[in-house]
Amino acid sequence: MTTKPSLLAQYRNGARFRLRMEPRMEQPGWLGLIVSLGAVTFALVLGGFVLMLVGGDPIRAYAFMAKAAFGDIGVFSDTLVKATPLILVSLAAVVAFRMRLWNIGAEGQFYLGAFGASLVVLTPLLPPETSPWLMIPAMMVMGMLAGALWGFIPGYLKAKYNVNEIISTLMMNYIAVAWNNYFIFDVWSEGGFQMSRQFPKTAWLPRLTDYAAQVPVFRGLTIHLGFVIALIAAGVVWWIMYRSRWGYEIRLIGDNPRAARYAGINIVRNTILVMMLSGALAGLGGMLEISGVVHRLQGAISSGYGFTGIIIAWLAKLNPILVVPISILFGGLLLAGREIQPSGIPMLIQGIILVCLIGSDFLFRNRIRLVRVGQEA
Amino acid sequence: MDDHLNVVELRGITKQFPGVLANDQVDFTLRSGEIHALLGENGAGKSTLVNILTGLYRPDKGTIRVNGEVVDLRSPRDAIDNGIGMVHQHFMLVPTQTVTENILLGLDEPRFNMNLSHYDQIISDLGVQYGLQVDPRARIWQLSVGEQQRVEILKMLYRGANVLIMDEPTAVLAPQEIQELFITLRSMIAEGKSIIFISHKLDEVMAIADRITVLRKGKLSAEGLLVKDITKQDLAREMVGRDVLFQLNKVEQTPGDTVLAVEGLKAINNKGIQALRGLSLHVAAGEIVGVAGVAGNGQTELAEAITGLRPITEGRVIVHGQTLIEGNLSGQRRSSHVRQVIDAGVSHIPEDRTHVGTAPNLSITDNLIMKGYRQPPIARGWSIDSLSANTQAETLREAYDIMAPTVNTPARLLSGGNLQRLILAREISCEPKLMIAMQPTRGLDVGAIESVQRLLLQQRENGAAILLISEELEELSSLSDRIYVIYEGEIMGEVKEADPETLGLMMTGTRQEDLVEARKVSQ
Repeated sequence: MTTKPSLLAQYRNGARFRLRMEPRMEQPGWLGLIVSLGAVTFALVLGGFVLMLVGGDPIRAYAFMAKAAFGDIGVFSDTLVKATPLILVSLAAVVAFRMRLWNIGAEGQFYLGAFGASLVVLTPLLPPETSPWLMIPAMMVMGMLAGALWGFIPGYLKAKYNVNEIISTLMMNYIAVAWNNYFIFDVWSEGGFQMSRQFPKTAWLPRLTDYAAQVPVFRGLTIHLGFVIALIAAGVVWWIMYRSRWGYEIRLIGDNPRAARYAGINIVRNTILVMMLSGALAGLGGMLEISGVVHRLQGAISSGYGFTGIIIAWLAKLNPILVVPISILFGGLLLAGREIQPSGIPMLIQGIILVCLIGSDFLFRNRIRLVRVGQEA
Repeated sequence: MDDHLNVVELRGITKQFPGVLANDQVDFTLRSGEIHALLGENGAGKSTLVNILTGLYRPDKGTIRVNGEVVDLRSPRDAIDNGIGMVHQHFMLVPTQTVTENILLGLDEPRFNMNLSHYDQIISDLGVQYGLQVDPRARIWQLSVGEQQRVEILKMLYRGANVLIMDEPTAVLAPQEIQELFITLRSMIAEGKSIIFISHKLDEVMAIADRITVLRKGKLSAEGLLVKDITKQDLAREMVGRDVLFQLNKVEQTPGDTVLAVEGLKAINNKGIQALRGLSLHVAAGEIVGVAGVAGNGQTELAEAITGLRPITEGRVIVHGQTLIEGNLSGQRRSSHVRQVIDAGVSHIPEDRTHVGTAPNLSITDNLIMKGYRQPPIARGWSIDSLSANTQAETLREAYDIMAPTVNTPARLLSGGNLQRLILAREISCEPKLMIAMQPTRGLDVGAIESVQRLLLQQRENGAAILLISEELEELSSLSDRIYVIYEGEIMGEVKEADPETLGLMMTGTRQEDLVEARKVSQ
């Protein structure tokens, strides 16, 4: 066999080349990271051109955004606060999507979780002077229960009557918002304002700034215990998915329901349980948001977190651990966006990043090769 | 040899894919008016060769001549313009459209106004000419698989194909449909067409082909052998590269206690039609019991009913004296039955490897633990011991010769034979007391069939009871101790020694007790 001349030599000899793509047989783990980073870089370059087009200085704009989201410990703490609910709703999506249950109701489950947690404080189920050691866990449990209930309904309908969960979960988002509105406009309204009264301190998740008296560095840091809870949740979801028997069943059903049935797995029960777990995670997100940030029940506690969570879940390729860094990135974008302009450019850059990340999936699944025309193999 | 007699002539075809030399200096000639079989195991390079001939791939080296002239085939359209048409194994038809509409699809004529009744007539005439009768106004979904295949052939004939490439045309057909297909193929030859017939079933090739070319690992193993000069053994040797034992070593042994008893089983199929009509049978330990029948007579439903996948309306399934499933008239689906059956030590080799037997995107390990993940050592409390799962997977991969880079490879990357070995590894390694094997060798090549059959016989020696449901009569008679014949959901009779005539009569609906009379009548 003769050795092939190099591609360059072939080109000099007048051969024509063209690009050819072919599916990758294997997708090594590091590839996803490289491709995603490449996509984000590409998006920033692309966004930079747009900034130049409108007369801005892309370098300055980016530097400003980076500073606004990650520049110092104070803003980074704000970024993590934003990331906390995103992590939980994304985990909710990951769990359901793994079983190919298209739960797009994380938004509603998030609201219901906030409502469930508020029940404890505002009904009140526990008096205001209850120790936080009891108050906070009670709020978490109630928030998760309420979210799980909001997942149970579409899950049950899907499992027993094959009702399309996309429609039912979407519709139930509106019910959840209206349900919360009823309480904040009327039952729990504080002096006619569209919000409840502020929760007692015992119902607040501890923030770093609360310890500023002892540790002066913590002054102004709003990051609260919820972020740690979100990290733990990500670890637990990872364990369930990849190390537990239940997670194995979920993955098997998701990949091939007929094979799962053949293996003796109860699909009806799992459909309901997975929807409940998904709802509980989103509900926990709602609880953390009101207990850690707003400290009362009010409208607009979510700026579409439930829907952003769907995007994050896909970008993380349904990997619960990857959800965390991506949520932080999105949290930063949310924050930095508001710093430079209420809308417009930040939205645009977010959009470009999204499109590039989604497009990069193609490069993850396929590879591009340079081949000589007429010698395609 | 007269050159003008060769409709197609391939010389020195070489095709390199990354990592594989798919075709290495392959020659192939198709004479006018012959059926030339292209034989080879999976991965021998048959598909690559015909894909080159139909313009899907271009060869790295070699020439293609059609009717003596060198041609450059750049696309399937070039191929059909040169009169070469291919009938794919998986049909490419639109189910909701009529036969005529499907045949005209993609053509330049008719243009805007489709004068369908005019074309109906043309297609109906074409069908009569070649013995491919099918109602041109019927919609595809209304047709049987055999009829759909005729539509595919008509499509190619209508486009002016002179050379037809049939890719494993019998894989989807019932035995009688195969006979009909063979008649059609012969009548097309009589009309001056030439046919390339791709298969890995030796009997069929011997029955239909004039000449045979065998490929092995991308190379020509034998070119243009005349069927009348060779035996099946010769062909198998050419294909596999070694002698293949058609005579399996079956040890004489007396069956033990009854393991499976099925009593008066009734069940309906997916369309709501009664598929099993009070069927009873039994299988003892150390015994392989065959179920013979033409496809679609309730075999699928039988396997599903015994394994708990399909609800039964009446009757009972008893394993080791314990009633596992009882019919209830509501016919409600109870997934708990599947669990009970698995826990009772029943393993199941499903008919559909890819859609039922495995999860394509999960790893080989995950696929191998599908039945065992609930018990230790793989289960550890609520969690799965991934270390012991991987160890077990490695052991099984070695023992069952599953060819894959690692146990973390997704199952979808495995070939049919390897996938079947994976399923067998899983279903046998749990040391089943009873095995329901549905078409365990379908679609496998000669070498793989041999190894699967050996595994089944080994299980029999180990004292397992095996219910073997198959459409391959030869396989049934070489493996089984007894054979039941199923027809329209009922057992027609039971034989110990299979003779094709008796089986054939029962498979078409004659009860065993009526056989003697049927013989008298036929004589």
